[in-house]
Amino acid sequence: MNRFTYARAEQVGDAVSAAMQRRAATFIAGGTNLVDLMKENVARPDHLIDINRLPLQQVEETEDGGLRVGALVTNADLAYHPLVEARYPLLSRAILSGASAQLRNMATTGGNLLQRTRCFYFYDTATPCNKREPGSGCPAITGQNRNHAILGASEHCIATHPSDMCVALAALEAVVRVTGKGGERRVPFAELHRLPGDMPERDTTLEPGDLITAVELPPGRFAEHCTYLKVRDRASYAFALVSVAAAVELAGGTIKEARVALGGVAHKPWRDRTAEALLRGKAASTEAFQEVAEALLQDAQGYRHNGFKMALAKRAIVRALGEAVSGRQAS
Amino acid sequence: MKISFKVNGAARELDAPPLQRLLDALRLVLGLTGTKEGCAEGECGACTVLLDGEPVNACLVPVGQCQGREITTVEGLGAAGHLSPLQRCFIDHGGAQCGICTPGVLISAEHLLRRNPDPDDDAIREALAGNLCRCTGYQRIIESVRAAAVLRRADARDVGDPRDVGDARGARDVSHDRQEAP
Repeated sequence: MNRFTYARAEQVGDAVSAAMQRRAATFIAGGTNLVDLMKENVARPDHLIDINRLPLQQVEETEDGGLRVGALVTNADLAYHPLVEARYPLLSRAILSGASAQLRNMATTGGNLLQRTRCFYFYDTATPCNKREPGSGCPAITGQNRNHAILGASEHCIATHPSDMCVALAALEAVVRVTGKGGERRVPFAELHRLPGDMPERDTTLEPGDLITAVELPPGRFAEHCTYLKVRDRASYAFALVSVAAAVELAGGTIKEARVALGGVAHKPWRDRTAEALLRGKAASTEAFQEVAEALLQDAQGYRHNGFKMALAKRAIVRALGEAVSGRQAS
Repeated sequence: MKISFKVNGAARELDAPPLQRLLDALRLVLGLTGTKEGCAEGECGACTVLLDGEPVNACLVPVGQCQGREITTVEGLGAAGHLSPLQRCFIDHGGAQCGICTPGVLISAEHLLRRNPDPDDDAIREALAGNLCRCTGYQRIIESVRAAAVLRRADARDVGDPRDVGDARGARDVSHDRQEAP
């Protein structure tokens, strides 16, 4: 671990200006990913700004009937919040399928959005990694890539985003509130994370000094018909091989709107609105779900050890949509 | 940085760097060596303690975040000569072998039983998912917790133990977390 200085921020503005003064400054909240990365020498900040005292701990209803979640609300508190359980069960479910109770009790909403990939090469400082050391290469492409991306990858990086919570937030079309150099702004969830392209060192579109202050959820329309299906090597405490957040709004027997977001398959939670639109106005059927699954995976590319994810993702999508429509999540 | 907090019910004060691990503050400064260091990166759960009643990995918690808060370590559950029913059950049912994971397992199990006095095996497994054991294969740990639940319910009937009241949060743990890969 490198040497670093530490300061507590008491106000959002102070935290942001402190972060802009030092190039290698970083915010610390729950610390469940950052402390780990620092111990492994993957993250080497020279200054830590502790944001735990900022007033970002609230879950509040918004005027439009949605919910505003402060960036410091822990994953556990969010998952068990009565309004989240009632209106956004998809989000509760996704959060509780990730990590362990110990980690969910410390990890925060903002931190979950900013967690780094669990690619082995990213964590192993003895190997090259374009995400960790830009330009050094990507051993995953020809190496151990069972857990890696099948969609949206580049010749520079095939890492996946590890979060379950973010897959649900993508499906729910959350909005991220950010305070930075130019003041406060709202970032649509789909625009927060980026694909690796030729800059895999950048996970998000945030700029230096930007601080996530809240996540806003639009009014809940999918509470009756949603599911989070996570396929993994163990029944608990494992990252997703493939996960599916499926949410459906029904009118009579037909589908008014469907959302399908995938985890474990790309550098960001994966959505394809064109594919989702195939379900609009249709009666729910396995055939219709298969069509969406084919469309979502049509550009997928497997590597040596993860080709199985393509068939797995398609089957998981069909199953998740079926469960969402029936309103019965298999346990 | 001066930090004051409660550990196992007693007020403690220490002068520590704010990013010192809670684990080191407990073991090296306060001499509470019951809490163990396993992986030191939040994976194994050997260092699990309760922070304001909720389990956390003490290896990832900066002690500066504990100002004014309450910590419970395995020493807070019981001690030699007056072990808690949960601890006794781990002895009686072979739930402890090498002992490194045991303090963390006990803390996670204690948390479960406070919230859910009558957990089924799936609930026990899920509650202990963040605690890795390399010796027992888990089965005896599960049996120990199951036995402790029975004992605690019996004790609660006898003396009306106020801890033995479940709440929605613990009960929800079960329904949310059970999930099988297809």
